[in-house]
Amino acid sequence: MTRTRILRLKINGHEREVAAEPNAILLDVLREGLGLTGTKRGCDMGTCGCCNVLLDGRPVNSCLVLAWDCEDREITTIEGLLPEDPGALHPLQEAWAETGGSQCGFCSPGFIVTAEALLREDPEPTETRVREALSGNLCRCTGYKKIVEAVLKAARSGRGVEVGS
Amino acid sequence: MTHPHDIPNQPRRLLGKRIPLVDAKRKATGQAVYTDDIRLPGTLVGKILRSPHPHAKILSIDTGKAEALPGVHAVLTGREAPARFGVLPVSQDETALAVDKVRFIGDNVAAVAAEDEATALEALGLIEVEYEPLRAFLDMEQSLEPVPEELRLHTKTVGGTNIHKEVSQEFGEVDRAFEEAAWKKTRDFRFIGVTHAFTEPMCTLAWFDADDRLTIWSATQVPHYLHRALSKVLEMPMHRIRVVRPCVGGGFGGKSDPFPHEMVAALLSRKCRRPVKILFDREEVFYSNHGRHPSKIRFGLAVGKDGTIRALDIDALIDGGAWGSFGVVTTYYNGVLANGPYRVDNFRYHGRRVYTNKPPCGAMRGHGAVNTRFAYEVLLDEAAHDLGLDPAEFRLRNALPPNTKTVNEFRITTSGIRECIERAVEASEWKRKKGNLPFGEGIGIAGGFYISGSALPIHWDDIPQSTVHLKVDLDGGVTIHSMAAEIGQGSDTMLAQIVAEVLGLDIGFCRVRTHDTDTAPIDLGSYSSRVTFMAGNAARQAAENLRARLLRAAADLTGYPVEVFVLREGEAVNVTRPEIRVPYLEAVRRAMKECGALQATGSYRSPPMGGKFKGAAAGLSPTYSFQAFVAQLKVDLETGKPRVLDVWAAHDCGRALNPLAVEGQIEGSVHMGLGQVLSEAFLYNGGNVLNPNLCDYRTLSPTETPRIHPILVETNDPEGPFGAKECGEGPLLPVLPAVANALYDAIGVRFYELPITADRVFRALERQRKRRAVKDLAAR
Repeated sequence: MTRTRILRLKINGHEREVAAEPNAILLDVLREGLGLTGTKRGCDMGTCGCCNVLLDGRPVNSCLVLAWDCEDREITTIEGLLPEDPGALHPLQEAWAETGGSQCGFCSPGFIVTAEALLREDPEPTETRVREALSGNLCRCTGYKKIVEAVLKAARSGRGVEVGS
Repeated sequence: MTHPHDIPNQPRRLLGKRIPLVDAKRKATGQAVYTDDIRLPGTLVGKILRSPHPHAKILSIDTGKAEALPGVHAVLTGREAPARFGVLPVSQDETALAVDKVRFIGDNVAAVAAEDEATALEALGLIEVEYEPLRAFLDMEQSLEPVPEELRLHTKTVGGTNIHKEVSQEFGEVDRAFEEAAWKKTRDFRFIGVTHAFTEPMCTLAWFDADDRLTIWSATQVPHYLHRALSKVLEMPMHRIRVVRPCVGGGFGGKSDPFPHEMVAALLSRKCRRPVKILFDREEVFYSNHGRHPSKIRFGLAVGKDGTIRALDIDALIDGGAWGSFGVVTTYYNGVLANGPYRVDNFRYHGRRVYTNKPPCGAMRGHGAVNTRFAYEVLLDEAAHDLGLDPAEFRLRNALPPNTKTVNEFRITTSGIRECIERAVEASEWKRKKGNLPFGEGIGIAGGFYISGSALPIHWDDIPQSTVHLKVDLDGGVTIHSMAAEIGQGSDTMLAQIVAEVLGLDIGFCRVRTHDTDTAPIDLGSYSSRVTFMAGNAARQAAENLRARLLRAAADLTGYPVEVFVLREGEAVNVTRPEIRVPYLEAVRRAMKECGALQATGSYRSPPMGGKFKGAAAGLSPTYSFQAFVAQLKVDLETGKPRVLDVWAAHDCGRALNPLAVEGQIEGSVHMGLGQVLSEAFLYNGGNVLNPNLCDYRTLSPTETPRIHPILVETNDPEGPFGAKECGEGPLLPVLPAVANALYDAIGVRFYELPITADRVFRALERQRKRRAVKDLAAR
């Protein structure tokens, strides 16, 4: 019945092989198949953005993406944003921690990868642009103020686009 | 500025500073571990079969086919664990799974544990349940009627109805005050339910292991109450149960009950001796609800001609849904928390909470106080308008002073209401704007008042409400053990800051262990805005006890008297001869000589307070927080959509131990309150939840959230830890009425029902246009 296939996925710059059924969702493959639990499951229907990852540099709700569609494409998860230098943080992560962008923290990975996509495209976004770029992500703790501040701060640090996969 | 709370001869290094949360980096990197991130070998998937009926007798459940399905390891029904539980000892009306009847669509009927999700779901489909539908009670009024016993949702109700709790209180002479008042009005307000909408769905992992012990990892705000409930339902002593609280992805009151799915996971694991994980999908989160009660509030306000509030007369009917939960408390809070932040001498309250066949309601940020606060502040605005008073000035005139008692005997110590009003007025340029903005733009003000921890514990026993243990070993690190639940509000950081401050250490010396009932002493948990006040005081005391040991060691090492030493910057320093210093680690070693690793304890218990009348304990708190907010908005006159532009949020937090965290609490509270006033609604079609997802249940997005300007008012509470009081819930209260009052300023229309959506505003504008047209016609 099932037609499980071994997929070759390029995740955070590394080739990974994982068995997946045709209806396997990228989120499940990341969390359950590959143990990348930094990507969070919030709603399973693309409404909250907690599961956002970058697919070829663009943010997607990984709960709405079929894993089979991700072969030969670059997947970046929150784990992939960490710089190679041990102990260092990505500028967005640094800014997030300093400005109080996380309270419960459950939405943070999804927000941060989405913000990363924005900063790659527009290294000096306006506040309005930041809010628009993040409007597919829900946070229930912060009122978004410190999240927006974190993105602007990372942008100001001018390095938001240099690090990451 | 020095405060009486300052440590003598020790400059403040951490408290009052903007300190990033101690877990901030883990959270920003995806390394923070939430319950669903935990992987145990051999974990099974637990799933719950839910009721398709709002109210029905269960005639039979046949689990034979499900049990026979390959891959199924356990099937559970309610009769196997009929012991009742609930967060309040007076409302033990829940069971792990429905026993004789179901009470709402989505109620828990049976459960399975299977190798994978597909098998578990298939097994649920094989369970055959025979129901006999009963009349469903979906409107609050229906639940007021006396009905035969089989139609009552629970055995304990008021007078043979489906009323869960009824309370009445009266102080002063309310009728006379209304007769003599210069201005009085009674209005009816309607509030639809709202829910927490935390981002992390409920998740529980239970493992009944080979040692016959249960370990349960759960997304909970109240590990201690969960511990108690598990013991009761599993009929197991508490010492054989270990509750672990991993990172919690938001609570807001929605994870502050012990839940049936937590019992179910434990029972399933006991049955098959494998780890069992139950993770809710978003729809199940809505069935679990425990959100803010829908309510109908009749609010009467009497004002004297001198502009003082003379009397309040409140009647609240609140919809509890299927279970008791915190409802007895909610019933009281809907009334009693109107006794601030203004002086009221005549007060009457009648409140009823009814059971209905809908998902249960419970505690949600601002518990019990939000809807009544809306009614109160909107009426105050009307009174000010009618009496020709400035709404801010009117509130100032009635401000509750510090060091007083309310008519219902709340002990008020510090009160920052005056300063809150003054600073919100100043920051918002209220005086320039009020009454001077063009049609469609408006500004509004409202106040707030909230408890800083419930003074009376839920279980009436003598143990402290918070205990903190500290341990220091040779490495010099200070391990802080507490069961205060970090749920994102920053309580771990608060504990570390206090301990490090008292010990004169860098915060990096502190390791906070607040997740494991095996190692941490009891704390009642994260609800009622109690943690900073209570656990903070316990932490301070524990650290002071530890400090005494280290200072003694420094004295022993140097031969100087202990009184001359202080701990600062990682040293014990002789203040009379500052060149005499003992490094912290040396003091630790010396102090360890007698009995090894250092241990110290601190605890907190609220002082006795309150009146002797029935219900006197409800709303008692060792101190109260105060708020005054100003909101400014603009209405799109074409579509009716109100757009809030700015909220100036002045909050008396006693003392901001960590301004970064306090601002975060205020900003989040404003966001959540704006959701309730502008867009959020828990909708039903009959007994069916109509919008059980985050697309149709609309919280405000980043683009819809206004500029929020937190204003920290510091009254330095004499009993708070270093002067602090709560900041997690009170700041939600004023934003709703401030927006409604701003809408009146903008378009001259009052709204008495929430949420105030674009279509409601549009219809109101249409009515207004028609009225004006008729008037113009008549004038011609």
